[in-house]
Amino acid sequence: MEYHLNLPLEKDIIKKLHIADILYVSGTIFTARDEAHHKMLGLKKTSLPFDPSSMGLFHCGPLMKKKAKGWQVISAGPTTSSRMEIFEDAFIDKFKVSIIIGKGGMGDRTKKALQKNHSVYTAYTGGAGALAADRIENVPAVYWLDELGMPEAVWIMNVKEFGPLVVAMDAHGASIYEKKK
Amino acid sequence: MNMKKVEQGIIEVIKKAETELPHDVIQALKKASKKETGIAKIQLDTILKNIEIAKTSHRPMCQDTGIQTFFVDVGIDFPYIKNIEKWIVQGVQQATNDIPLRPNTVDPFTGENHRDNTGDYVPYITWNFSEGTDVTIISLPKGGGSENMSKLGMLKPGVGMEGVKDFIVNEMIQAGGNPCPPTVVGIGIGGGADLSLKLGKKALLRPVGVRHKNTTIAAMEKELIKRINESGIGPMGLGGHTTVLDVHIEKAHRHPASLPVGIAVQCWADRRATLVIHQDLSWEVL
Repeated sequence: MEYHLNLPLEKDIIKKLHIADILYVSGTIFTARDEAHHKMLGLKKTSLPFDPSSMGLFHCGPLMKKKAKGWQVISAGPTTSSRMEIFEDAFIDKFKVSIIIGKGGMGDRTKKALQKNHSVYTAYTGGAGALAADRIENVPAVYWLDELGMPEAVWIMNVKEFGPLVVAMDAHGASIYEKKK
Repeated sequence: MNMKKVEQGIIEVIKKAETELPHDVIQALKKASKKETGIAKIQLDTILKNIEIAKTSHRPMCQDTGIQTFFVDVGIDFPYIKNIEKWIVQGVQQATNDIPLRPNTVDPFTGENHRDNTGDYVPYITWNFSEGTDVTIISLPKGGGSENMSKLGMLKPGVGMEGVKDFIVNEMIQAGGNPCPPTVVGIGIGGGADLSLKLGKKALLRPVGVRHKNTTIAAMEKELIKRINESGIGPMGLGGHTTVLDVHIEKAHRHPASLPVGIAVQCWADRRATLVIHQDLSWEVL
């Protein structure tokens, strides 16, 4: 099935999603890689400068260019999600993100956390950074840029029809990666 | 001598590698797309669409613009040998701003990003010297996701070539969707630990679809392509018939007690471009 959805995903929609469904999402996403996961887990939810539960989590270290006003996204495909496996169950429990966008798949801990919190993990085509950048409308904010550097900083992005995303791990405990092994 | 002009050549060769895939890779991806259906085909068509956008908008196809890696062949009668390294380093720094490239060099101890894609031992340059007056520089930007799937096996010689093949196939199945398949796999067999990995990386310079001239090695390449593709991992690990676009093997003589196998993995973005600098400092990007 193909769906065109707004973020954050509603629980009743997440229930309908199964592995191999194709999504195009619109709304706000934030990028977080290893360093940002580590940093955010060490902070109080209330002290964050943004609300992760209202956004999609994008495993991405984008290539950005500074403009006179704000930032331009040059290329922004997903990074390898398995690196975040050591953080992700605690991250989903704490921040209640409804959707993760990454590549390559994640492990058992994440799979259980997705089931428990009614979230989905979706795969965007790795390396398709120029195409992804074209679906990002603007970048309203960036956090911890000086501290973490461009790839590891948290970038807030407004996206339109961002996809195709393949539902790769659903809220029912199924993983497309196990099916293929 | 117009040094500024030569640095521009370095920027141009990086730019070509980052924004335009070689013809052989695009052909292989198109061929794979025709064979696949469903999610596998969606992945390949998304890749092909992305390649087109990157080329026409002159933007890097992937946000991971890699560790800047160069294979340099120096003609020993080129008159400005001492300048080559400086040109490359300054070209990389300038390219980071101009193209732009993602700042990808991080100090392993402090975690600090050097912000210009240079640092200790980076850009990573492999030097070779030959007869002649030209310098040939191949740019091979190397992404982190695929590099993380590199492997070194110090196998027991007794396992023979069957053991070597099993090791490679198992490692590529373990890698799954992580290195952004369909990949190009470079294998170095023999030498020592470092040389086998180096040969694996050098093997990535060979165009997709070109077999080794030694027929025994060529047959092993074909067998490995078949076996890895039969795993069903498919594009991005989401299932399908295309897990590798190609497997390239190079060999070195080994110590009687050792059978090193180095695996270097390149994502579908098998980015390569070549710059030739002549003795009058004119240059062209091929």
